[in-house]
Amino acid sequence: MFDDLSRYLSSTSNQELVLTQLLQHIYLSLLPLVIGLALAIPLGWLAHRYRAASGVVFGVSNAVYTVPSLALFVVIPVVLGTQILDSLNVVVALTIYTTALLVRPVCDALDAVPFHVVAAATAMGYRPVRRFVTVELPLSVPVLSAGVRVASVSNISLVSVGALIGTGGLGVLFTSGFQISYTAPIIVGIVLTLVLALVVDLILVGLRRALTPWLRAGGTT
Amino acid sequence: MIEFQAVTKRFDDGTTAVDNLDMVVEAGTITVFVGPSGCGKTTSLRMVNRMIEPTSGTVLVDGEDIRKSNPALLRRRIGYVIQQAGLFPHRTVLDNVATVPLLSGWTRRKARARAAELLETVGLDAAMGKRYPSQLSGGQQQRVGVARALAADPPVLLMDEPFSAVDPVVREGLQDELLRLQADLDKTIVFVTHDIDEAVRIGEKVAVFRKGGVLAQYAAPAELLSNPADDFVSSFVGKDRGYRGLSFLQADGIQLGGVSTMGLHGEHLSGERPSTVGGPDWTLVLDDDGRPRGWLPPGVVIQGEPAEEDLRPGGSLYTEGTALRGALDAALSSPSGLGVVVDDAGRYTGVVTAQQVIDLIEERRKDAA
Amino acid sequence: MILQELFGWFGDPAHWQGPDGVPNRMLEHLGYTLLSVFGAAAIAIPLGLYVGHSGRGGVVLVGLSNAMRALPTLGLVTFLFLIAGGSEAGTIVGLIVLAVPPILAGTYSGVQDTDRGVVDAARGMGMTGWQRLWQVEVPNALPLLMGGLRNAALQVVATASVAAYVGLGGLGRLLLDGLRVIDYSKVLAGALFIALLAVLLDLVLAGLQRIIVPRGLRVAAAAVAGRPKARSSGRTES
Repeated sequence: MFDDLSRYLSSTSNQELVLTQLLQHIYLSLLPLVIGLALAIPLGWLAHRYRAASGVVFGVSNAVYTVPSLALFVVIPVVLGTQILDSLNVVVALTIYTTALLVRPVCDALDAVPFHVVAAATAMGYRPVRRFVTVELPLSVPVLSAGVRVASVSNISLVSVGALIGTGGLGVLFTSGFQISYTAPIIVGIVLTLVLALVVDLILVGLRRALTPWLRAGGTT
Repeated sequence: MIEFQAVTKRFDDGTTAVDNLDMVVEAGTITVFVGPSGCGKTTSLRMVNRMIEPTSGTVLVDGEDIRKSNPALLRRRIGYVIQQAGLFPHRTVLDNVATVPLLSGWTRRKARARAAELLETVGLDAAMGKRYPSQLSGGQQQRVGVARALAADPPVLLMDEPFSAVDPVVREGLQDELLRLQADLDKTIVFVTHDIDEAVRIGEKVAVFRKGGVLAQYAAPAELLSNPADDFVSSFVGKDRGYRGLSFLQADGIQLGGVSTMGLHGEHLSGERPSTVGGPDWTLVLDDDGRPRGWLPPGVVIQGEPAEEDLRPGGSLYTEGTALRGALDAALSSPSGLGVVVDDAGRYTGVVTAQQVIDLIEERRKDAA
Repeated sequence: MILQELFGWFGDPAHWQGPDGVPNRMLEHLGYTLLSVFGAAAIAIPLGLYVGHSGRGGVVLVGLSNAMRALPTLGLVTFLFLIAGGSEAGTIVGLIVLAVPPILAGTYSGVQDTDRGVVDAARGMGMTGWQRLWQVEVPNALPLLMGGLRNAALQVVATASVAAYVGLGGLGRLLLDGLRVIDYSKVLAGALFIALLAVLLDLVLAGLQRIIVPRGLRVAAAAVAGRPKARSSGRTES
């Protein structure tokens, strides 16, 4: 097996293929993460602020969450009118999943911001939008980051399925390996997916630490 | 009776939680373990039902070495109440209380009947039995916790800061309830708290622990207040200990004074007839049952019924036969400087002054010398 | 226009009978799902209970099940299929492997999340280890355990569709076969039935959850949150 692997990786055309697909994989998994987070923040805020909205928001996100990825991948072109092979389909589908996955953590994170801190900010004359951006959002980072980490792992592993509808990413290594009954590219694909998930997770942890210096100072929030 | 013989507990990290503890908890008493955090009071308690095993030494319950009993069976014979009550959230209140009888093999029917009986004993409505713990207030949950611990009628009850999570008013109610229950049940109760006031209030004996698990003093509350063993105990017992010590002095032999009294409808009841042009003295107004309603200040002119706005609210009332602290407080808090004394039914029997209380204390001190 | 074609597809009786008919594909899919979820539960529930109850190995378990969430299912399914010499058994093993982590994590955290005071009280009242497990920890773990089971079921429904790629039957067949011959009606029909199966299965499990989770816990959760429940763990299917 290791002979196979080293032979596979020694070919420059294979190296190029792997690198191209890895970059495509990163693009397809992280772009939806960013857009999904941007969408989840206002939706999560709605659920946090209005009890009635929370029922609708969580109901819809639960339902979306239930739909299997392959099904969503092929339904989106029909709804959007895109080509079935367009990688935009994967971006849209993963954005939907990410948003559905993150509204709950956003809401929980905002709920977890101590009431007295928000009250103090209001008392000092912060207007709602500014208070949200400069006080509530930073304080919700610790809870929120846990949700973002789950979503990133989930996205990175989901992108592979896109290979079945012809979009790129490391999934291409699985389908091409399978077609010629060759496990080497499959193993390379699995390992690179795991490594990518790990690296992104470490970056997110680093980002959280950078965004929450007060937690390291041993202070309380 | 619970006996600690040279009991030491050292944890794996090297800290000594309990250091060579020798003490006897007498049967049928409430004994309070009190001290700052990290003093080993909870560890000592938890060694009685083998929740924690001592590093060395022996614990005897009713003369029997607890190491000889199976831990689960031992614990079923010892009631256990903890801070947040620890009620099972998935079981109804009634089934929570029935837990230990069921573990001990009672039939469900008998266990539930016993549980229903106990809910009433701790002052809860039987209808509460159908509810779940999350539907009760903190104080009610603690009552259920006590009922659950009493269910199998264990001779020994361990209570680990049972009332510290409820607010002060509710806590006082629960303390009174515990004292009332104990008067009927006569259990051997070990009660852990960090609150010295609670310790002095409910304990018949109080064991003060200091950091490092050393027993600093083990005495009756009055003794603790009047005669602390060392600086640690005296600072832990805190300020006002002289005043609080009055809680343990009886007021026998105090001579009740009299005062002018008047009924709600202006009728003269006793003492000097209040002047219709405003007299020099305070007049106490009583309701139709003879209970004090308030004071009329000197100089108030009364025509017919005393007017509501003329009445000054009275101070605290002193019930005859209770400790001196109440008598002094009644005198100090009364607008007239005269403490109102009532009988068990709350009816006026006389008045007492602060000077009388001080004189009595002085007299006692001379007698003791 | 697409909708018309889709209705046309639904209207064709040939699509409702035989080995490639919707009912048969649906039954196959359900069969794989039940087999895999039961298989995974048989492994994950006892293990999760043991680790949660004894507290031993919790860190390793959490790390391992997090790492497994990152496994790409298409990669695992193709790999196991080739390793197993092209048999269906290899694919089913893959489905089971992927269903284990959510159930394990749900069971373990359910036991772990049981209030410490409640467990302490159970011990203090003289419950043995087994009594504590069955009378206190398991009932309190049920909401999270069931959440894990529902996640696992969703994941298996999704992964079984993906596994049609290596020749497994089920609704994934409609979708992938349709893609190959560019029959979009078939693709869409497959996608809709897969989604339908997932939603129905989740509803059934949600109903089961309502029945077996003790009422007291629902009352307590409602008192704390006052919000509709949602699942918090990540989607791990890929």
